[in-house]
Amino acid sequence: MTGNDLISEAKNTWCPGCGNFVIQHTLKNVLTEMAAEGAPVENTVLVAGIGQHGKMFDFMELNGFYSLHGRTVPVATGIRLANPDLRVICVTGDGDSYAEGLDHLVFGAKRNIDITVLIHDNRVYGLTTGQFTPTSPHGFRGHSTPGGATEYPFNPLDLMLSSGATFIARGYTHRREQLKRIIRSALEHKGFSFVDILQICATYSDMTAYYDARVYDWDESASGDYAAAHTKAREWDYNADARIGLGIMYRRRAPTFEESYPAPPVPFAKEQQAWIQKFLENRM
Amino acid sequence: MAGNEISVLIGGQAGDGIASAGQVIGHLLAGTGYRVYMHYDYPSRVKGGHNFAIVRAAEYGIGAVREGVDFVLALNQETVDLHQGRLPDNGIVLFDSGRVKNAAGIGVPVGEILAAEHAPAVMGNSAIIGAFIRAAGLDWERSAGVLGRAMPKGTDQNLRVARKGYESSEERRVIPPATLPPLPVVTGNEAIAIGLAESDLNFYFSYPMSPTSNILHFLAGAAEELGLRVIQPESETAAILMALGCAYAGSRAAVGTSGGGFCLMTESLGLAGIAELPVLVVLGQRAGPSTGLATYTAQSDLHFALHAGQGEFPRLVVAPGDAQEARDWAGTCLDLAWKYQLPAILLPDRQICEGFYSLGTGSPSPHRAMPVLADPSARPYHRYAPSGSGISPLSYPPVPGEAIRVNSHVHDSAGITTEDPGLTRGMAEKRMRKMAGLLDEIEGLPSVSLGGVRDAKVALLCWGSSKGACEELGGRRGLRVVRPIVLWPFPEEAFARAMNGVEHFYAVETNESGQLAAHVSRFGYNADDTILKYDGRPFMLDELEAELHRVVP
Repeated sequence: MTGNDLISEAKNTWCPGCGNFVIQHTLKNVLTEMAAEGAPVENTVLVAGIGQHGKMFDFMELNGFYSLHGRTVPVATGIRLANPDLRVICVTGDGDSYAEGLDHLVFGAKRNIDITVLIHDNRVYGLTTGQFTPTSPHGFRGHSTPGGATEYPFNPLDLMLSSGATFIARGYTHRREQLKRIIRSALEHKGFSFVDILQICATYSDMTAYYDARVYDWDESASGDYAAAHTKAREWDYNADARIGLGIMYRRRAPTFEESYPAPPVPFAKEQQAWIQKFLENRM
Repeated sequence: MAGNEISVLIGGQAGDGIASAGQVIGHLLAGTGYRVYMHYDYPSRVKGGHNFAIVRAAEYGIGAVREGVDFVLALNQETVDLHQGRLPDNGIVLFDSGRVKNAAGIGVPVGEILAAEHAPAVMGNSAIIGAFIRAAGLDWERSAGVLGRAMPKGTDQNLRVARKGYESSEERRVIPPATLPPLPVVTGNEAIAIGLAESDLNFYFSYPMSPTSNILHFLAGAAEELGLRVIQPESETAAILMALGCAYAGSRAAVGTSGGGFCLMTESLGLAGIAELPVLVVLGQRAGPSTGLATYTAQSDLHFALHAGQGEFPRLVVAPGDAQEARDWAGTCLDLAWKYQLPAILLPDRQICEGFYSLGTGSPSPHRAMPVLADPSARPYHRYAPSGSGISPLSYPPVPGEAIRVNSHVHDSAGITTEDPGLTRGMAEKRMRKMAGLLDEIEGLPSVSLGGVRDAKVALLCWGSSKGACEELGGRRGLRVVRPIVLWPFPEEAFARAMNGVEHFYAVETNESGQLAAHVSRFGYNADDTILKYDGRPFMLDELEAELHRVVP
């Protein structure tokens, strides 16, 4: 299998220069690499939300569930519970998972369900043509906020750390090698892995120059240290001018939801019937 | 006592264990050879507030209670004050003589009994039940066996408390033993849970909400024995999405909720429709709109269930009329959801969910509907492959060399998003073609029930738990009772057979607008009049009888 086998024949409709291309090809490269090492690609399921990111579902030749806006994490949870051999990747956006589906993201982290969530965080609604999102900076001017957004963004890394995520990272679409390493680590992590990917929106919010001037690599040597992770998470609040750390911010091994609540032995139909029979007899 | 039937009311405040006490009384009467039904009335509170249960026993299957009762078992003064008007002149009150100061009847020194046995306050109802056993002339040994089975925790202490209650009482009205073979007594929620398990359910996802919370509790308690997993997610939205994730991966899942939770699920109902993912939703109706009356009943979500969701997609909507039907149809709905790859809605009302029924043996369908699976050697696999029946054979990941896609957008046969007009129309028609096969199958099942006097020219039309009151009165008053169980796809042929020869009919429903009457009018059947009740309470027999006198010539 080559990387090209993971790109579907569907016509690509992203804008030229869109950061989604980088995420798509990085994911393709990671999965190709892992397949070559013996992780069958058919065991991967992509769960997409609604937004420009969601087109990953059509553009990649992978098992997929094209879900609703904000609704990737619970679908992925169901798939994982039903078949723990599947590697489930949510591709979702900042409008998608930070706004309409925020509760699911928080609870996915809280449960430590073994899935990977890749946030295509371009900090703007692309599909609906340029409104502000939960991570748009204060004063963002879009069609719905012509005078500038009066809300401040929230900090998704800080939020995920508080919610119990056991793998938290930030990547950037102009740091491809690092992004590839982060995504691979996220896929290999046992438990809920979360990657906020700063993504360029070529049409509505091209922050390339802004990011390029501020990004730096985190020291990952103590990534299990909660307090250190907390400091890293708060260095940049997605609004004020500050250095923007990239890399794996936090990582620890904890029992996954599936490990804590494994499938019961499936009783033979006869045993199940016997239990029901006994229950009913006790009710006579 | 009206002929061979008896009604017992037990009341107290929330926290007194009225529901379980009522169930014990139900078991006592069922153990005496009767069929029973219990209506449990409680406000939405954990402590305080008036709770009561009416247990009715008769020598035939029942699903309704009367306003009038033969015994009142009062754990507090309020029970006496509120309910003694239900008693005939020779009715009997048994009361906690420590808490009830103003009553005539048999006083039971509950406080002293509990103190003597060092028993907690919640066992007070055992003392009253013991007193009732004596007053009703029930056999102590057999009754003690029933109590023991019904109270697996603290059994000995409960029995000692009950025995002291028994000894403090006196025989007043012997309930004659009936001769019916014993049947188990269960709630509708328990029956639904059993039906789901019998239909190979793998997962149950539910956010707690009356009146279906007890399905969640029952399945969680028996998950290992039944071989399934039960998860309480963050919301009803998440519950149904998890179920759809399971369906995609080949696992059978169901969700349970009430109207408010179903509002949140509606978004995903359409997803199940267009993505062709099987799921069963148990929609236990309670009085709305909005939060409404959290713990009281209504049949006001029929149109919601029939129409929920934007766009058009196939669905199955089934309203069982008692616990046995709830058990049978829960399983059948799950099977049909999988065979036709669509959302199925089981639509009981609160009286069925939380009512306590003698569970009949029923007549489960002779063979189960099975999902259509893909031939593993046929390549490439297309999840939405066209077919005459509209059913595309199922395959689940992982399949080497295949990308299995389900999609909330309009899609092509491989599941890839499309905006092509021809494909849009073709896929819409493919999905709707499944309804023809489903309807055929439904017509072959007992999808419309015929009761009362089956060839009468005047009929009552009803659905859900109103079955109980309608069938009992219909039989007595010479009325036919026609009751659609499957509401969508509407079994027109079965309905026409059931209505054959009917010259006038009256719809009996617990809603304000006559939702079933409006529904059947789509098919050319116009009710002469409606008898509607929308105060959160079910039709009581005596009450409906008076309404029939008023409305039906």
